[in-house]
Amino acid sequence: MRHTISVLVNNHSGVLSRVSNLFSARGYNIDSLVVGITDDPKVSRITIVVRGDERVIDQVEKQLNKLIDTIKVVDLTHDDFIARDLALIKVKAEPHTRSQVMEIVQCFDGKIVDVALKSFIIEVTGKESKINAMVELLKNYGILEMVRTGEVAISRGKKVHEETEKQVKVKAGKAGQSNL
Amino acid sequence: MAKTKLKTGAQMVVDMLVDEGVEMLWGLTGGAVLPIFDALYQNRDRIQLIDTRHEQGAIHMAEGYAKATGKVGVCIATSGPGATNIVTGLTDAYMDSVPLVAITGQVPSPLIGTDAFQEADVVGITRSCTKHNFLVKNIQELPQIMRDAFFIARTGRPGPVLVDIPKDIAAASAEVPYPKHSTVPLSKLMPTADMSQIEKMAELIKHAKRPLIYAGGGVINAGASEALYKFARKTNIPVTLTLMGLGAYPAGDRQFIDMLGMHGSYRANMTLTHCDLLIAIGARFDDRVTGKLSGFSPNSKKIHIDVDPTSIGKNVKVDAHILGDMNTILAALAKQVGSQDYEEWYDQIDVWQKKHPLAYKQPANGPVKPQFAVDEIYRLTKGDAIITTEVGQHQMWAAQYYKFNKPRRWITSGGLGTMGFGFPAAIGAAFAFPDSTVIDIAGDGSFQMTMQELAIVKQYNLNVKIIILNNKFLGMVKQWQDLFFDKRYASTSIPVQPDFVKLAECYGIKGYRAETIEEVTEVLTEVFKSKEPCIVDIAVDVEEHVYPMVPAGGANTDMVLSKEHDQERVAAERAAARAKGGKK
Ligand SMILES: Cc1ncc(C[n+]2csc(CCOP(=O)(O)OP(=O)(O)O)c2C)c(N)n1
Repeated sequence: MRHTISVLVNNHSGVLSRVSNLFSARGYNIDSLVVGITDDPKVSRITIVVRGDERVIDQVEKQLNKLIDTIKVVDLTHDDFIARDLALIKVKAEPHTRSQVMEIVQCFDGKIVDVALKSFIIEVTGKESKINAMVELLKNYGILEMVRTGEVAISRGKKVHEETEKQVKVKAGKAGQSNL
Repeated sequence: MAKTKLKTGAQMVVDMLVDEGVEMLWGLTGGAVLPIFDALYQNRDRIQLIDTRHEQGAIHMAEGYAKATGKVGVCIATSGPGATNIVTGLTDAYMDSVPLVAITGQVPSPLIGTDAFQEADVVGITRSCTKHNFLVKNIQELPQIMRDAFFIARTGRPGPVLVDIPKDIAAASAEVPYPKHSTVPLSKLMPTADMSQIEKMAELIKHAKRPLIYAGGGVINAGASEALYKFARKTNIPVTLTLMGLGAYPAGDRQFIDMLGMHGSYRANMTLTHCDLLIAIGARFDDRVTGKLSGFSPNSKKIHIDVDPTSIGKNVKVDAHILGDMNTILAALAKQVGSQDYEEWYDQIDVWQKKHPLAYKQPANGPVKPQFAVDEIYRLTKGDAIITTEVGQHQMWAAQYYKFNKPRRWITSGGLGTMGFGFPAAIGAAFAFPDSTVIDIAGDGSFQMTMQELAIVKQYNLNVKIIILNNKFLGMVKQWQDLFFDKRYASTSIPVQPDFVKLAECYGIKGYRAETIEEVTEVLTEVFKSKEPCIVDIAVDVEEHVYPMVPAGGANTDMVLSKEHDQERVAAERAAARAKGGKK
């Protein structure tokens, strides 16, 4: 099963490598791993999407918790949570297909952020499944290049990380430096 | 230590070591670590530095000291090759949960990342073989890092911590107050026991007809042998120990039914397989204990008491578990349980014992059986020696035939199985207990991996006896070749060896050789009379195997019990293969 795990860590050098090392050393499969700052410069948040049975996920959580630099680990999967992935997609847009592509973009609440003679760059955010669906459709027109961020997630309502709620709120858009 | 003075980083390191109660450490110097060695030299009245001949020797000595005392062992090495030489020891300490702090010099900060002379990415290399590691980036954080390193190493499930200190930081001066406490929260390392589980466990124990306690090295690390004894005696439940747990429960006690696992006794493995309640205490269901998982104690409910959350449910699912301080947990559990006589259960265990006791046959005029040599060591030291081992057959015979009634007298490399561990570990133990006899029961192959440290036993006149069970083979691997590779002895014969007696003599200590059982008794009697170091080279029967043996991948009941038994097994396999081939 696919799990979304949110991890708060000390923003120390080497932490990212400790986390990724753990996954490779123990043979766990990650779909994606995203690191970002929080509004506390000393704390970073890592969002990991990992697949495995109950035993594997249980070990993943415990092993993450065991790292000295880990502050808190939460498996969001069983909570009510919101997950978003961002994609930038460069897709072919010939004169006779431009309007069809634009229609698809509209349907998926995307934006055309760059227009060239024979292509668009499309920006879209959403659940992984939504983006997958859009990508499937756009493949018909020819995807030239694509980049995706991987999933970031947050639980609805109550704070995921109660203990550090004061310091830890992701501030979108605020520039900051991660030491990871 | 509130008032601060201008001090060098190196001085801070030494002050923090002393403040942590470190009396001695082992190491080998070099360019990047020179300032710290200089500070150690200037403070030699406060802390003893022992210069080893190899960094691997230094770290195994620190491990031996830690295992014998329960205190944090400390070693120090220079950057680059010095640091990479301790990687095996770090991994060994990580696998066996040994509290250890390793200090390494690093190239000066501005040179890091430039492939400087003797630069190695030591925190990168050691990330997966340390409990935690630090690269000191600023002299201001150095005292706190030292404090944290010791706290992490000793708290909860112990383990090795490495502190990498660039040369410029060791040489720089600053005024930094020394912190009293670690910044790492205790709860991070030591879970608080959820006592609500105790009742559930007591209930499971109450209803069990055939319970078994399976205890491991975690009991020794937690200093909970006494608590284990009280709990076991109160309940009257039989006890088996892992290789790492030997000594956690007195071997002479009537409830003790030997070591379990790959080379465990027949009764221990049969009891394990047939019990209806398995109480795992400070043990981690290692594959050398479980054998094939589907055959592992298949009909039992399982209880797990440990300090490390990742150990719970990692290999084997359990019905109840509790995490935390083992002394507290065992004491609480002991209060909740009563005693039963388990008469039928003990009778059954007795039947197994009578059927296949741990045994060997020593012919009067034949070659010396290695088990006989261990028996003699045990008899002549009255079970009071500290025993270390290398890795191989001799290690298993030592585990089977030397009986430990107290913890911290059995020092062996279990998780990693590091050849070359035993001799330096013996040196570390001898520094901790200069009045004890420390014996490295060694294989001829393993001893040759770290024997350069003979200089140290001579220099400090340590009471370390190296007793080599010499079969001129990498015996354990030969045993596997005998059993599973049609006796093709690829790379296991090592006929060219130093004359170990002369080797001892050239280092200025005594050397002895024994080739018959009479000589074994005679020589051992003599060497145990003295407090001096020596090598005893005993020629043992090359053809001897360690039995019982659970073949890798087999279930615990698939034990091979003797050579004859194995020949039957091979014959049956061949017949089966032929029958299959015939059908084609
Ligand atoms: C550093 C290291 N290399 C290789 C091995 C694999 N190995 C395990 S036992 C063994 C043979 C040990 O021979 P010896 O020390 O003579 O002991 P014996 O088995 O003969 O008693 C070997 C090579 C190991 N455990 N450690």
